[in-house]
Amino acid sequence: MNNRIFKRILQNKASLTGFVLVACFALVALLAPVLAPVHNPHNPYQLPQSSYNVTPQPPSAEHIFGTTEQQYDLYYGVVWGTRLAFKIGITVTFFAFLIGLLLGAAAAYFGGYIDEIIMRFTDVVFAVPSLVLAMVIAAMLGPDIKNMMIALTAVAWPSYARLVRGDVLSVKRRDFVTASRALGARGPRLLLKHILPNSIYPSVVVASLDIGYIVLTAASLSFLGLGAQPGTADWGQLIAMARNWVLGSGTDAFAYWYTVVVPGGVIFLFVLGWNLLGDGFRDILDPRQG
Amino acid sequence: MLRYVLRRILLLPLVALGVTFLLFFLTQRLSPEMRASLYIKDPRQMGALEEVIQKYGLRDNVFKQYGRWLGSALQGDLGYSQSANMPVSQAIKEYLPATIQLAVVTIVLVVFFGVWFGTVSAVKKDKWQDVCARMISVGGFSLPIFVLGLLLLMFFYGQLGWFPPGGYSISTDVVIHSPAFHSYTGFLLIDALLNGNLAVFWDVLRHLILPAVTLCIGSFALMVRVMRSSMLEELGKDYVRTARAKGLPEGAVVYRHAGKNAIIPVITLASIQFIRLLGGTVIVETIFDYPGIGRFGVTAAQQLDIAGIMGFSLMVAVLFVLGNLLSDVLYTAVDPRIKISE
Repeated sequence: MNNRIFKRILQNKASLTGFVLVACFALVALLAPVLAPVHNPHNPYQLPQSSYNVTPQPPSAEHIFGTTEQQYDLYYGVVWGTRLAFKIGITVTFFAFLIGLLLGAAAAYFGGYIDEIIMRFTDVVFAVPSLVLAMVIAAMLGPDIKNMMIALTAVAWPSYARLVRGDVLSVKRRDFVTASRALGARGPRLLLKHILPNSIYPSVVVASLDIGYIVLTAASLSFLGLGAQPGTADWGQLIAMARNWVLGSGTDAFAYWYTVVVPGGVIFLFVLGWNLLGDGFRDILDPRQG
Repeated sequence: MLRYVLRRILLLPLVALGVTFLLFFLTQRLSPEMRASLYIKDPRQMGALEEVIQKYGLRDNVFKQYGRWLGSALQGDLGYSQSANMPVSQAIKEYLPATIQLAVVTIVLVVFFGVWFGTVSAVKKDKWQDVCARMISVGGFSLPIFVLGLLLLMFFYGQLGWFPPGGYSISTDVVIHSPAFHSYTGFLLIDALLNGNLAVFWDVLRHLILPAVTLCIGSFALMVRVMRSSMLEELGKDYVRTARAKGLPEGAVVYRHAGKNAIIPVITLASIQFIRLLGGTVIVETIFDYPGIGRFGVTAAQQLDIAGIMGFSLMVAVLFVLGNLLSDVLYTAVDPRIKISE
């Protein structure tokens, strides 16, 4: 089954492009210490700074992508930013899915009051645009990467809870569940051993494809100054530092183009990769397509 | 239908209660001094924080405090926003029209160009027009709005000097605050027309264009996709073949017959996207320094202006729920085949 899906992903030009993009980024993330040697062993995500000169410098032999405000090296930022993006994306998706899985499964399995309480709670979270809610939570917790991840998890789990709840509800009524109940399986055992393994697969796929979106929201928060702090190898932060330079040098509007285009292009390709891959999966999982 | 609408409207206070309590609970992490700002209405009171803390019992338990906050919020008193330097309710009144104006212009752009590109893409399936439209749609969906915003600013303001950031220029500021200019609606575009002042209208519109174009990109990409697939589906149906067989010109078949049916999902999508835009305004208004509610919210969040944050979130939640309800109602109004289950 997995082999067939994988084959179809590779056959489609768009999803193949997505797969290659994501694979390249994963490679960069894994090889970050080789591609851009760490200069501060205590915090590899801290950008190296060659001087305190405010003005960005164009790409050169020493800094192949140039430097942004205050001489932070863009190449280092892109490479370690990739690692950080995966770290944020995977961590947030994992915990959000875990919370969504537990609460969604509990809501569907127990029903009644528990279901009502959990689902009304998701309604509340859904009542505010996720970026706005994440922004407010991050601000209250204090801007740093850890708190940003907490804020992102807090706004991401309800959609997984709804997904899992729906899946568990439909599996709950199947014959094999009735059969195992007749054989004496009860409570957690029934839920964990029989129902969940048979209902979470589609939700896992949906959740893992959300990594691109999570990273995009994280970059937005950092851009607004409510995530990673200045000097961190974070894509959103790199773009935030470019804001002062978009109007150029007075004579040439494009004098500092690289400060926007380098980190902006990287985020674009990352999100594009995940979106293409996601589209491919959706097409394959769509039952209307043979 | 009526019952459904009523039930949703009754749910609104519950959601507002939930959202505000959730945030209020979070604010308890902050020191009583910071929270005191929720109750201050006048900057001159800032010196007497301890008094405020005592007076409002900011060291009491959460539920007691929330009850008190709710009491004054229900009377329209949302506290004093330090970041905006005015009461929160006044800030909302001042900034909200600009954001709604921005969202309306954006959604008009989204629908117009989305329908156009989507139709062309479907009619010219697999030709170069289709390939272009599909590439724009995939790319637009992945391009972060803060990247697009900065690029547009670089080109259209930095290089060409066409569309400046901000809400309006200084000369307009002078005009709209002069006694001769009547503020009828709070929406500057409409007020300018009602006052017969085309210079102000043009100036405000000029400041709206870049933020609107930036904001529309994600929804536009989605709209092209939906319009394309919807149009392709309609074009394959029997009634279209009949229309062609009786010799109607292709334009009439596409626009008058298939188009009318293909546009149904677009209308519902547009109403949903209109609400989604509220989230995007936060970033766009910050980039373009546009004086709307999104920029107000971001500034409040950055400066930890709690009164501002609470008021902003409450307002966004109410707008969001109302907007969702409106889009559901519109959904059934556009397509009579759809019935909302009760």
